[in-house]
Formats: sequence, structure tokens, C-alpha cells
Amino acid sequence: MNDDLFRLHNVHKEFSRGKQKITIFDNLCLHIKRGEFITIMGPSGSGKTTLLNMLGGIDKPTHGQLFFQHTDIAQFSESQLAKWRADHVGFIFQFYNLMPMLSAERNVELPLLLKNLSRAERKKRVNAALTLVGLQERAKHYPRELSGGQQQRVAIARAIVTDPDIVLCDEPTGDLDRTTATQIMEMLQTLNREFNKTIIMVTHDPEVAKYSSRQLHLDKGIFTDLETAA
Amino acid sequence: MINLYLIVKNLTRDKPHLLLNTFAILVAFFLFGVLGSVNKALHAGLEPSENNRLIVFNKISFTQPLPLGHVEKIRALDGVKLATHANWFGAYAQGSQTYFAGFAVDPETYLEVHADSFLVDTTQKRAWQRNRQGVLIGEKLAQTFAWNIGDRIPISSNIFYKADGSQVWDMVVEGIFTGTDLQTDTNFLLFHYQYFIETQTFGSDWIGWVVLTTVDPALNEDIINKIDDQFANSFYETETTSERQFNKAFLQQFGNIGFIVTSVVAAAFFTLLLIVGNSMALAVRERTQEIAVYKTLGFSAQKIFSLVLSESVLLAALGGFAGLALAHMFVGGMSQSPQIRAIFPGLSLSRSIFLQAVFYMIALGFITGFVPAYRAMQLNIVNGLTRR
Ligand SMILES: Nc1ncnc2c1ncn2[C@@H]1O[C@H](COP(=O)(O)OP(=O)(O)OP(=O)(O)O)[C@@H](O)[C@H]1O
Ligand SMILES: [Mg+2]
Repeated sequence: MNDDLFRLHNVHKEFSRGKQKITIFDNLCLHIKRGEFITIMGPSGSGKTTLLNMLGGIDKPTHGQLFFQHTDIAQFSESQLAKWRADHVGFIFQFYNLMPMLSAERNVELPLLLKNLSRAERKKRVNAALTLVGLQERAKHYPRELSGGQQQRVAIARAIVTDPDIVLCDEPTGDLDRTTATQIMEMLQTLNREFNKTIIMVTHDPEVAKYSSRQLHLDKGIFTDLETAA
Repeated sequence: MINLYLIVKNLTRDKPHLLLNTFAILVAFFLFGVLGSVNKALHAGLEPSENNRLIVFNKISFTQPLPLGHVEKIRALDGVKLATHANWFGAYAQGSQTYFAGFAVDPETYLEVHADSFLVDTTQKRAWQRNRQGVLIGEKLAQTFAWNIGDRIPISSNIFYKADGSQVWDMVVEGIFTGTDLQTDTNFLLFHYQYFIETQTFGSDWIGWVVLTTVDPALNEDIINKIDDQFANSFYETETTSERQFNKAFLQQFGNIGFIVTSVVAAAFFTLLLIVGNSMALAVRERTQEIAVYKTLGFSAQKIFSLVLSESVLLAALGGFAGLALAHMFVGGMSQSPQIRAIFPGLSLSRSIFLQAVFYMIALGFITGFVPAYRAMQLNIVNGLTRR
């Protein structure tokens, strides 16, 4: 219990579309330990992205508690959440979401602009992150000059450059071919095993899910395999 | 801390848009710089007028003559300190197309009445007073034509011919006068009334107007009434005004330039607000997803706000300073022309216009950037990320 990184307790989440209210989660409970590599699978619309967003502090439960270590981040204000994300979370998206007018190294540098670091220190960290994803010689290239797999590697470098506790990925291989997907998965596995990053990943692909240490299956906002969530 | 590199990269990502916006802003600030300078120069001409100096014209129009006898009658009035007279003489140098102002004046009294406006060396003044063909030229005129003391200059008029049919008055430069301050126009010449009037056929004793000073500005009203009453119901009725008022009335002949300037500049700025405001709003809307990513990375709402706002301020400054630089060069070029100098003495893009322009740049940046910046700041991350 004490080494839980995340603990969701009776999380309720609803969206309102006009007058209509749609409940996505009702009394959802989940524990995640530091160092886990979790995949979340399930049909479209089951709430995978919504769950990931709440874990990453870019969306909040309607009510219920969402503990990160011992703090209920569901109670955080927008600006507290922003700081918390900058300190603890790295995000990887399906469509990479790199800034098109910035070179690879400038993209990777972005999260570091929020830290009090010297230019030299930032440069050092950016280099280290790009080296880790094997793209140091592409540092000056712009996203449009890179393949999808390379762009995703830049995105991984951006996600880990601040040395976060958690890396959240929403279908990171969804737009990539098998070979490239395998490369990306091996990279994430390295992050998990050697750098002890807690990874939570949404995927549709059972092959990809095999890399994880625990698989969660969501359907209509409920974990179908109850004991796996405990 | 907001990262300047990021702001510049965002600003310059869409080059055609950037060019278009910069150009629109440049034009507006160019107009502001040029028209503002012209307007200021026009009004600057009013400042040096002594407020105890009065001008007496023919009541019909200031282009109608008055008899020379009026001068003595006015001089005799209580409260009048000094009085002198002048005739307009639209002058140009033989062989040149450049017109400038010339006045045929009484050499004994004209300088005294205008002592506060022009300075001339005493020996030069004496020499001019002694020589019937002598001419005093303003410093600017001397520079324009490279005339020096002792030069013999043939001067013609665009209004007058000599009785003998010739057009040239031979004059000798006896002195060069300077203005008492930089704003004073010195682009004209002064020569002897006698030398002028003896060449004219009709009537020998007519003048253009009388200039007088009062012993105390408080007496102005009183003296204006006295003069105009004295000549009421005569052949030559008068209209007396203070020199300052006359200058103002004279400017109004150009139309209300201040109003025109304000209208043109206001229209330009209004158009600008629409163009740039719209363009900023579109640019930010296109970047919805990127803004959501910045927020995801932990950029705070305030950082996002200042990122967008700085971009629009930078854009305004870019176009604004370019426009001002161009206006500065243009005004500098204009002020090289003697004709323009004659109408707008002291024409330049002044510090106060520059500072006003900087204020408008900042205002423009804030107004056009505020709404997009606020929207960006308020953007919901989840909605922003899924929009594609
Ligand atoms: N901002 C929102 N406003 C309203 N409804 C939303 C919003 N975000 C998600 N939903 C709804 O919540 C439900 C869960 O959405 P979510 O994106 O979490 O599903 P998902 O499991 O990630 O699906 P997919 O596999 O298609 O990505 C869907 O029915 C969706 O329409
Ligand atoms: Mg999803």
C-alpha cells in the first residue's frame, strides 16, 4: 500500500454534452506501483484516454480521490496541476505532437524551459535524451524531415528529458508499422527496466501489450478483470 | 521567463502572413510618422509669435493693399510701441524655379518690431539699411542657394513686373539673419520698400500690411478696436488681429490639417486592428492543439498568455519601427526641399512623435493579442488535444 505510486479511490467521471450527462467511470478503483509497466486495453469509447488523462493531471475526476504518493491531485488547482505535470509526468501521443517550427533538439528542450536551468545544462540534458533514443545526429532536423518512428523517438526524448516518475503513452505505436512499433516498445521497455520509469500505456495492439508487466482491460468504464486492478 | 526564441519562431512560422501583417503595420506607422511630423511642424510655426504683436490688413482681404499713411496714424496711437509695414513679394532667383517668400519692408523699423524672432549682426544691419539695393537673407535661404555677403543676386517676382517691363531686381546681400530658435523659419528675404515701390506703376505709396507691437499684451483688445474704429467708413477699412491669431487663420486655409491627420491615422489604425487582430485570432486557433501540448508539458496559463501576447506585441513593434524608420527617412528627405521648408519650417520626426508611436505599438500589440491570448490561456487541454 505504501509503495503505491497512484491510488484511485471511488473515482467518478462524467462529461456533459449539452443537458445530457454521460458517466464514464463510476466508483473506479485502481492501484499502481512504482516501476510498473501497465497497458490499458479495451474497445473504443471505453474510457482509456480519459483514465490516462486523469492519471496525467490534464483532466480531473468529477469526484473521488486520485492519490499520487500521498497527495490527492484531484484537489489541485490548474496551476498546481501544471507544475505537478512538469515535475512528474512525461506524455507520448499517438500523433507525436511535436512543434513543427522547432528542430528536434528545441522540441526536446521545451519542458526544460520551465526549470531553472542554465543553457549549458539544458543542452547537456537534451543531448543525453536524444542519445538515449538514438537520434543525436538528427538534433537539428525539423519534424517534417523525420519519419514517423523518428518523430515518435523525439517525442519520447521530450517526455523523459525532465526525468519524470511516470511516462504516459496513448497508443504510441498506433500510427507506426510493426518494425518501428517494436523499436519503440523496446525503447519503452528499456526506460522501464533500466531507468525505473513507471509506464502506463493505452494500446489496441495485443503484440504491444506483451511488453507490459500488467494488462488492464477496460469496458464501459469497468475493469473486466477485477483482481488485476487491485 | 518567456523564451524569446519560442516567440520569434512562432511569429515567423508563416512567412506570407508575417509579411502581410508587417506591411500593414508599417504603412500605418509610416503615415502616423509623416502626417504627425507635418502637423507638428505646422503648429510649431505658431509658437514663436510674440503675443503683443498685431497685424493690420485691409478689411476686404489680406491681399488688398493699404495706404502707407496708415502706418504713421497707427504709430501715433496710445499704447502702440513700434509700427512697421511690409509688402508681399513672391520671389525667385533668376534662373531657378524655386519660389520663396520675400518682403519689401521699411529697413529702419522692420527688424525692431521683429527683434524677438530674428538676429542679425549690427554691422550687417547698418550696411543693409544704407544700401537701397541691399537685401537681408535668411540663414536657410543662404544655405539653399549658397549665397554669401557681397553677392549680387538677381531676384524676380511671380507677381510683380517693373514699370519698365523688366523682371529683375538686382540686389546685394548685405547680411544674413538667423532665427532666435530652431523652429523659426528663415527661408525668406527682406529688401527695401523704396527700391520695390519706385518700380511700380500704380500709386506709389501702398503697402501690404502694418505690423505693430503694443506696450503690453493686456492692451491688445483695446488697441485692435482703436485701430479698426479709426479707419472705419474710410476707403481703406482695416482688420486688425494678433499675429498669433492670423497665423492660425492662415493655416485654416490649408483645411483643418490636424483633423485630416487624425482621421487618416485613425482610419489606418482601425483597419490595422481588424487585419492584425483577425490574423492573430486565426493563427492561435490553428495552433489549438499545440497550445494544448504546451499546457500538457506544464506551461502555466500565464505563460501561455504571455507567449501569445508577446508575439502580437513583437509583431506590432516589428512593423511599427520599420514604418517609423521609413517615415524618418521620408521626412528627412522632404525637409531637404526648400519649398517644403518654406511651409513647414523645422519639419522632423520628433521625439514626442516617436514616443507616441511606441505607445501605439504597444497598444496595438495588446489589443490584437489580448483576446487570442486569453482564449489560449483558457483552453481546455483535453478538448485541445483531441481537436484535429
Ligand atoms: N471532452 C469530452 N466531452 C464529452 N464526451 C467525451 C469527452 N471526452 C471523451 N468523451 C466520451 O467519453 C467516452 C470515453 O472516451 P475516451 O476517449 O476515454 O475513450 P477511449 O477508450 O480512449 O476510446 P478510443 O479507443 O477510441 O480512443 C467516449 O464515449 C467519449 O465520447
Ligand atoms: Mg483514446
